[in-house]
Amino acid sequence: MSETQKHTLSCLVENQFGVLVRIAGLISARGFNIDSLSVSTTEDPTVSRMTIVVEADPIKLEQVKNQLNRLIDVIDVKELKENAFFDRELLLAKVQAKDDRHGELASILKPFDAKIADKYNGLVVIEATGNSGTLDRLVDQLRAFGISTLVRTGRVALER
Amino acid sequence: MSQRLKGAKILVDCLEREGVEVAFGIPGGANLPTFDAVNQSTKIKLILTVHEQGAAHMADGYARASGKVGVCLATSGPGATNLVTGLGTAYMDSVPMVALTGQVRTSVIGNDAFQEGDTIGITRPVTKHSYLVKDVKDMARIVREAFTIARTGRPGPVLIDLPVDTTVNEADYTWPETVAIRGYKVQAEPPISLDAIRAAADAINKSKKPILYVGAGVIHSGAAAELIELAHKAHIPVTTTLLGLGAFPETDALSLGMLGMHGFEYTNYAVAQCDCLIGVGARFDDRVTGKPDEFARNAKKIHIDVDPSSINKTVVVDYPVVGDVKRVLRELIKLVQPLDTKDWVGIIADMKKKFPLIYREKHKVLPQYIIQQISEATNGNAVIATGVGQHQMWAAQFYQFNKPRSMITSGGFGTMGFGLPAAIGAQFARPNDVVWDIDGDGSFQMTAQELATAAQHKLPVKVAIMNNQHHGMVRQWQDLFYEGRHAASRLNPVDFVKLAEANHCVGIRVEEKEDVRKAIDRAMSINDKPTVIEFMVEQAENVWPMIAPGKAHDQLLGTYEQLSKEGGQPQRRRAQADEESKLSLG
Ligand SMILES: Cc1ncc(C[n+]2csc(CCOP(=O)(O)OP(=O)(O)O)c2C)c(N)n1
Repeated sequence: MSETQKHTLSCLVENQFGVLVRIAGLISARGFNIDSLSVSTTEDPTVSRMTIVVEADPIKLEQVKNQLNRLIDVIDVKELKENAFFDRELLLAKVQAKDDRHGELASILKPFDAKIADKYNGLVVIEATGNSGTLDRLVDQLRAFGISTLVRTGRVALER
Repeated sequence: MSQRLKGAKILVDCLEREGVEVAFGIPGGANLPTFDAVNQSTKIKLILTVHEQGAAHMADGYARASGKVGVCLATSGPGATNLVTGLGTAYMDSVPMVALTGQVRTSVIGNDAFQEGDTIGITRPVTKHSYLVKDVKDMARIVREAFTIARTGRPGPVLIDLPVDTTVNEADYTWPETVAIRGYKVQAEPPISLDAIRAAADAINKSKKPILYVGAGVIHSGAAAELIELAHKAHIPVTTTLLGLGAFPETDALSLGMLGMHGFEYTNYAVAQCDCLIGVGARFDDRVTGKPDEFARNAKKIHIDVDPSSINKTVVVDYPVVGDVKRVLRELIKLVQPLDTKDWVGIIADMKKKFPLIYREKHKVLPQYIIQQISEATNGNAVIATGVGQHQMWAAQFYQFNKPRSMITSGGFGTMGFGLPAAIGAQFARPNDVVWDIDGDGSFQMTAQELATAAQHKLPVKVAIMNNQHHGMVRQWQDLFYEGRHAASRLNPVDFVKLAEANHCVGIRVEEKEDVRKAIDRAMSINDKPTVIEFMVEQAENVWPMIAPGKAHDQLLGTYEQLSKEGGQPQRRRAQADEESKLSLG
């Protein structure tokens, strides 16, 4: 088996019902796990952009790209190569932190430009944006506090 | 000029403009308006089938025999699900088809209404594309797009799901002359790279032992003439896949017949030895390659295909060329030189003499002999449909195909029950040609009810059932790989003569070898109804040679050497005499 790696695919698709399931179905039918997938409309309201992160070896990935291109509703498929794109993700995390630990928390959040978005019942909701690697590091540091719930939007990316 | 019309009328006008002459199907609640409108068309013949699977295979057989888009119709729910096997069959073999399914009213979709099924969802993996018409205003555009997608690029089946209200509601209608599908432009006509073609031509020009490995893509793109020109100009022997049979005349001195699991022994040896393999409209299917790493292991590999996703899928090639096969071959012909392949052709001719097809007669008639007789009686000019199994492989081996669109068989999906309805569809497409269904007793019974359809339309389809009272191919594998334990592969005897007669067809039973040709000739003389010949054949006969699954091309079972020791008789194929002496190929 050749090595698998994470790859980011950026697909322009028709903004129509049923497109998401065609794409997800095609990828899963080939045995790939979708790491993340985000969809939204673009500057052209009839077109959506899907940013898909999958783990695959290069040969299989090439096949998936070709197969995606075969879908009639797919207008364009691009693989975004490392360093050739700009990406962001949004993270929300519920963390246990009594008032007396807020200072400590703030010092962790600062380098990440993250902020406390909400507070209740000894829980703090943290909001952060960044690329996936940065957010991974933030999550590692927050674990010390006990993360009760974590949600991430998945990668959105633009080619440079 | 726009007109205000009901959805079903718009649909029918669009079908007529796409050149639809015949549509196969079964009506039901959700598609009655559609049937009513198609029925009023003077241009489209509406054929009621017995089962929707039959309708799908008929549309498929019609498409394969004619090159036009086949059309089938079914109602919602169970009608649509009955089409699924037929869609899968067409999808795997890239056959242009449009399936029109009824659906419940748009307002109740998702409510588990009577006969509601998620047809789009169920058929998504077996269609090239599908549409749900949500508004009658979209009807014309969708039908136009569906036909375009079905017939262009790599062809395939497209499904249109028609909620009943979209067929009865009215809309302003003008036929859309042009089609603009932005995600499809490149696929419909992939730009060809002259650099890639030049590189491929260089590889061919440098080769000493080239082989053309040809699939159905040549037939789909209408490139048989270009293939012959290329082979003759550069003196390259040609082998075809099961679905490529007929793309190159098998009487041509350069023809190597079929390769692969049950291909000819010498052909597989030749492929194992070649130094340049030129794949044309073939997809390196595992039934062809055996063990992919070992497939033509010494050869530089070229792959010409309209579908980029077929390239490097199972076998990594040296020279990929994306593009319509016909266009690419035209360019390639200009760039290849007449090669000196005399030595190579000589080696192959020797192997052809040494390792011909072979069989040994036992007590009962052999299917191989019967198929040879059909081949002779029809001069290789009939349209042959088949089921799936041993008889299918024997048809591929012992019928000599000379023209494109003469072998109609389910290759990729391997669908038993395909033969009879496909033959019916083919006969509708080509009323003046002789159409035979060479079938097995197992496969035939899966769709035998369509005899009634054939009889109703007085189609002179001829059915040759190789009755071995087994799922023969399964029985063969059980003997080879499961120590002879026949788990559910024996079929209960059925009186096929009575079955034929019950359906208003002529039924003939043949037990003796000397009656084979008489029965075939009699069937050939009947022009106003179907004929079913039940041949009571040897039950324990196996298809040889065979590359066992996962094995390489030169590791064969049932070789000529083995079978000749057991008393087998070699079987020679016809070749054009003059060409034969010129090139001294067998
Ligand atoms: C719909 C379907 N079911 C099962 C199979 C598996 N299968 C492949 S060949 C075969 C036996 C075919 O028997 P028959 O049609 O009598 O042909 P024979 O091999 O005896 O010539 C079976 C069951 C199949 N290909 N298609």
